[in-house]
Amino acid sequence: MHPAPSVIAFTTLSGMGFGLLVFLGLGMPAVTGLTAFVFYVLAYGMAVGGLLASTFHLGHPERAIKAFSQWRSSWLSREGCCAVAALVIMGLFAFGAVFLGAQWRFLGIIGAGLSLMTVFTTSMIYAQLKTIPRWNSAWTPVMFLSFCLAGGALIAGQISLAQPLLLGAAVIQLLTWHVGDRAFAEAGTTIGSATGLGDRGDVRAFEPPHTGSNYLLREFVHEVGRKHALKLRVIGFGLAFALPLLLLLAQPDSVGVKHLLAALAVLSHLAGVVCSRWLFFAEAEHVVGLYYGKR
Amino acid sequence: MTELPQLTDRKLGLVIDLDTCVGCHACVISCKGWNTENYGAPLSDQDAYGANPSGTFLNRVHSFEVQPDAGAAQLIHFPKSCLHCEDAPCVTVCPTGASYKRAEDGIVLVNEDACIGCGLCAWACPYGARELDQAAGVMKKCTLCVDRIYNENLPEEDRVPSCVRTCPAGARHFGDLGDDTSEVSKLVAERGGMDLMPEMGTKPVNKYLPPRPKDELASDIDVLAPFLKPVAEEPKGFMGWLDKALDKLPGGAK
Repeated sequence: MHPAPSVIAFTTLSGMGFGLLVFLGLGMPAVTGLTAFVFYVLAYGMAVGGLLASTFHLGHPERAIKAFSQWRSSWLSREGCCAVAALVIMGLFAFGAVFLGAQWRFLGIIGAGLSLMTVFTTSMIYAQLKTIPRWNSAWTPVMFLSFCLAGGALIAGQISLAQPLLLGAAVIQLLTWHVGDRAFAEAGTTIGSATGLGDRGDVRAFEPPHTGSNYLLREFVHEVGRKHALKLRVIGFGLAFALPLLLLLAQPDSVGVKHLLAALAVLSHLAGVVCSRWLFFAEAEHVVGLYYGKR
Repeated sequence: MTELPQLTDRKLGLVIDLDTCVGCHACVISCKGWNTENYGAPLSDQDAYGANPSGTFLNRVHSFEVQPDAGAAQLIHFPKSCLHCEDAPCVTVCPTGASYKRAEDGIVLVNEDACIGCGLCAWACPYGARELDQAAGVMKKCTLCVDRIYNENLPEEDRVPSCVRTCPAGARHFGDLGDDTSEVSKLVAERGGMDLMPEMGTKPVNKYLPPRPKDELASDIDVLAPFLKPVAEEPKGFMGWLDKALDKLPGGAK
């Protein structure tokens, strides 16, 4: 799949933004006043910024309002509905925290739940697609949710929670790669089943339908991006999980140094998740590539 | 609503004969010609006369080589367009309700006024039947020439999809695949019509007729030999006399 920057930015930023909203909604930390304001600006900046980035790849963003109508059948529509509901509820909660110094516990729990639901619906947009065997698995939502919680805990400053959550997300990342690498073969779709000619002999794509490229090849076939996949996995894993965990383990005496290390951990994690998300798209193989003798 | 109809009254679709298709791409051209100037946004081209031309097509012809365990390889031309699946995954993923499957005849269509161009339906289609038009920003797909098949302003023989009407080899057939007595259904039953990627669970309406088995060829015989034999081994008549007369002249080859 083509790793579009808009979609990578969207899933990474909004995943982390909604992760932060989950912890803020649960009162971890139970901030009020100006501190709360800074936290909510950060959370809304990432969540809303990510959602806006996702509209950049639309052919007709001015019609986006229509996308809220099909929640009964479409995961993309459900995602839009959940995102708006989460942002509205958490907006009310944030208003209470910033201006009234209140922590409306009940509203916060609902907002946290809706924020998690938003990330889940995002992941299901990908997980539902049978055409992309690497994504078509329960590991996709598990991975998105584990990243969301680990990133949220990290940026919310919940060090004791962030350590196990980062460790958990790291293990899930490794398992997702392990399972994903075998998914295409296990799905059983081959050039033989794609053409229906497989039982007659070895099928080979002899001539494509056109001499140039087309929308399908640009969108679904991205062989070049996989060239450095292994190196990028190591870099992504190191930045997203290993380095933040090491930085969190350090126990400096100075509060200033501690904050600096925490900020570094957040930035490293964010860069690592961008790398992992880039691979999530670049390594995903759509079955339509088989018709072109490509993956 | 992007929910699929439980049952469609008819299942209009195509039957494509892989035995007969000669790979001339006439269906590709006639499809583009009809559909760029009728239903919905035109099928745009980018850099059409430049170094890197690309464009929107609703029908494309691939060519595959099949090498059996024994015997000669076979070249199979393979037209591919929307299969108007009964369980169309492209319809249910649509967030706006722009993609829908008609309950009356099973045709899968896009309401271009409601399409936001997110591309998710193209992601969900295993066959590559949907292409996002780069100029219009909306999803384009085969309409089964819905503006021809019911069009009473056209002569009756033209009320079939443009690709079917054009095919010079008669490799494309159009009809109701939900009716067991229709010509297309009989053809499918007779020739063992098959589904593409049945494991995807899309239940395509369009069927493909597999190539018929080819004659076995003895490997030591040149198939062209009969055509290479001299037409007249001994010249007769005037040519015979001329041949003999010329032989008598000095300087000829012995």
